[in-house]
Amino acid sequence: MKNTVKQIVEKYGNDKTRLMDILIDTQETFGFIGQEAVELLAHQLGMSQVDVNQTISFYHFFSTKPRGEYAIYLNDSAVAHMFGRQAVKEAFEKEVGIKFGEVTADGKIGLFNTACIGMNDQEPAAIINNKVFTRLTPYRVREIIKHIREGRKVEGLINESFGDGKNQLPSLRAMVSSNIRRKGMILSDDYVYGSVTRDILPKMSPEAVIAEIKHSHIRGRGGAGFPTGLKWEFCRRAKGEKHFVLCNADEGEPGTFKDRVILTEKPELVFEGMTIAGYAIGSDEGVLYLRYEYRYMKEYLEQVLAKMRAENQLGKNIGGIEGFDFDIRIQFGAGAYVCGEESALIESLEGKRGEPRDKPPFPVEKGYLNQPTIINNVETFATAVRIVQNGGEWFTQFGTEDSTGTKILSISGDCMFPGVYEVNWGFNVADMLNMVGAYDVQGVQVGGPSGTLIGPDEFHRTLGYSDLSTGGSMIIFGRQRNLLKDVVLNFMEFFIEESCGSCSTCRNMTQVMTNKLKKILNGKGVAKDLDDLKQWGKVLQASRCGLGQTAGNPIISSLKNFAPLYDALIQKDKDFDEGFDLVASVQNSCKYVGRVPNFNHH
Amino acid sequence: MSNLIKFKIDGVECMTERGKFIVEAALENGIFIPTLCNMPGVKPKGSCRICTVKINGRLMTSCTTPVADGMEIESNSAEINELRKSIVELLFVSGNHFCPACEKSGNCELQALGYYYQMMVPRYPYEFPLREVDASSPHIIKDQNRCILCKRCIKTIKDEEGKSFFAFHDRGHRLEVVLDKEMGSQMSEALAEEAMKNCPVGSILKKEKGFNQAIGSRKFDKKAIGSDVKL
Repeated sequence: MKNTVKQIVEKYGNDKTRLMDILIDTQETFGFIGQEAVELLAHQLGMSQVDVNQTISFYHFFSTKPRGEYAIYLNDSAVAHMFGRQAVKEAFEKEVGIKFGEVTADGKIGLFNTACIGMNDQEPAAIINNKVFTRLTPYRVREIIKHIREGRKVEGLINESFGDGKNQLPSLRAMVSSNIRRKGMILSDDYVYGSVTRDILPKMSPEAVIAEIKHSHIRGRGGAGFPTGLKWEFCRRAKGEKHFVLCNADEGEPGTFKDRVILTEKPELVFEGMTIAGYAIGSDEGVLYLRYEYRYMKEYLEQVLAKMRAENQLGKNIGGIEGFDFDIRIQFGAGAYVCGEESALIESLEGKRGEPRDKPPFPVEKGYLNQPTIINNVETFATAVRIVQNGGEWFTQFGTEDSTGTKILSISGDCMFPGVYEVNWGFNVADMLNMVGAYDVQGVQVGGPSGTLIGPDEFHRTLGYSDLSTGGSMIIFGRQRNLLKDVVLNFMEFFIEESCGSCSTCRNMTQVMTNKLKKILNGKGVAKDLDDLKQWGKVLQASRCGLGQTAGNPIISSLKNFAPLYDALIQKDKDFDEGFDLVASVQNSCKYVGRVPNFNHH
Repeated sequence: MSNLIKFKIDGVECMTERGKFIVEAALENGIFIPTLCNMPGVKPKGSCRICTVKINGRLMTSCTTPVADGMEIESNSAEINELRKSIVELLFVSGNHFCPACEKSGNCELQALGYYYQMMVPRYPYEFPLREVDASSPHIIKDQNRCILCKRCIKTIKDEEGKSFFAFHDRGHRLEVVLDKEMGSQMSEALAEEAMKNCPVGSILKKEKGFNQAIGSRKFDKKAIGSDVKL
């Protein structure tokens, strides 16, 4: 083991900032990162063991214990539950003979839960040894486990049932479907990749590129909506030894999967967008930070990058522009929603726990390795190519005045045609529901759990930065769903799990609010509990990052828009209920100490 | 260009040098903003959120935000004080803080802030979490019941090569500050002393030593926290 660990660390130049890669390689070599490996890594990197463990223990997919030769991660998102997760889970437990969170005695199979893996349009889904298995049913579970026991390799479990589009390529061979239902400028097939860098960029100065981006009024597609042109301009002006272009492909907001589809179907467009950004801000290095859930795309995306290098779309003097060098590497995460926050992503990229940074300074001034850095969403980079191709003015004809262009929506939940839809901004929710075949809708979660849960009274609202802002996650809930129990609680538990824990507010308030929600769901709530939740939720506003600030939104927005659901649950004849059942507790403790409770004497 | 800039806290005209963080600049001007995770001279992290102020309608931590010329800061307002009190209460309910039995009572900054904000009983239900006490190091005890995850020990206690004795472990609600077993076994008495001193609460205690000052005569027993700061 000693030599292997040494080789891994040396492969990354003994560089502590590459700890994520080092840990991923270590885990993929040994199946887990045990104490011996931690000691060797710490020694080799000149770090203390607690520091190595600090990074390991932060990420969901890193394990210090064996996870089984076949580590099965079953998605735990609300939509997975809506589409039969419980039956699939039970089938796994029955067939394997262990509970979730355990590994079989022979070390063959481990069962684990995992947060949304970006497959909401084909749930229930699981990841087995980095391969994604979609549309699982108890029958498929039996088959998969049988095949595992027969000794098939993980590729052999897919049964040739590949998804659509490029998922069928030899370098992907994934069960995943792209489910593209509506194309616009990004997903359309009328663009030949490379033509902007080859034909247009050589005729433009970097400043002119930024001017076009600014003129287009495009705002970041990740959800926060910062004007992209301004970001690029700030970064170009910032002084540093080196500038960096980072692409945020950590799409972890439950219900979003459009980056997965863009990267599957149009990866060249994203890489070309990063290259254009590199030209604009004066950078020669780009990094695609890709969530580990999409590890199955590694080989495919690396082939695309190799092809682009071979065609001089990446490398030196790109497009014949003297001195314009740019290349891209892929950095995988390891399972942490908060790394979608740009400064947490940078921390992760530097090999640390994904803890958001204090701002200021902003990444455009001090980002990756403390150098000026832009971080944009996958979709933003893809869109930038079309803007530079056709001009900022052309772009403004799509969408609305304050939200120009198109938006790719990830639509899932109770509808006929879940999938990816590219629409102009300004689309209203009612039209969207009609478009996807959603009938008898109780509510729509706009922008994922950190967004807003709206009911039919608000379906006239439009998608855009000034009304319903969204990174693209749209989850539809039919009349039959129990919104508070099956959706709001699931989302709150997600936020508790995914908080980095740094801020006292986010670390603790999410738990406090969830406990109160459970009290209400258990029929112990009173009117004051609802007031408390409204007041207490405000404390989250004092958190450092967007995750913390929005972590109470599932409760806050459902309290606002679905008040009758809460009112129906609370006790009307009581002003106070401590939520503590004395009789049950006494009975329970008596059971353990062997006494008989006597309630009559009190 | 003069390096001095003007700013206001709760309407009071203040002056400081460019580049200072709000919390330091406030102190220079005789205004107390409570802190827990912050330590003078150590790079701030803004994790306890107790020093939150309002600037231009936005909540910002004053330990991490540099003062800008003409900045108007809201600190001692009903809204901000209520928020700070909430944070103190959250820290109390999320751990097991039993002041009368704690070695640090009277020198504890969390306890002092509890008094400062006149916390009678936390509005949030106690969680009474199960936490461990790590006494494996020869010189210190790390009591997780009392840890408020401020990171002060993580940031300040290092060996000559800069290696950490303490680090975070896990995330979210399971987050802990843990002591490196190997490093902990070699920790010097002097460093153990410093670790205890830097801990704002009673989570890091030096072994084999009681206390120099009796309860009742300690730092915050005599004077309330922040009372030595005068306008």
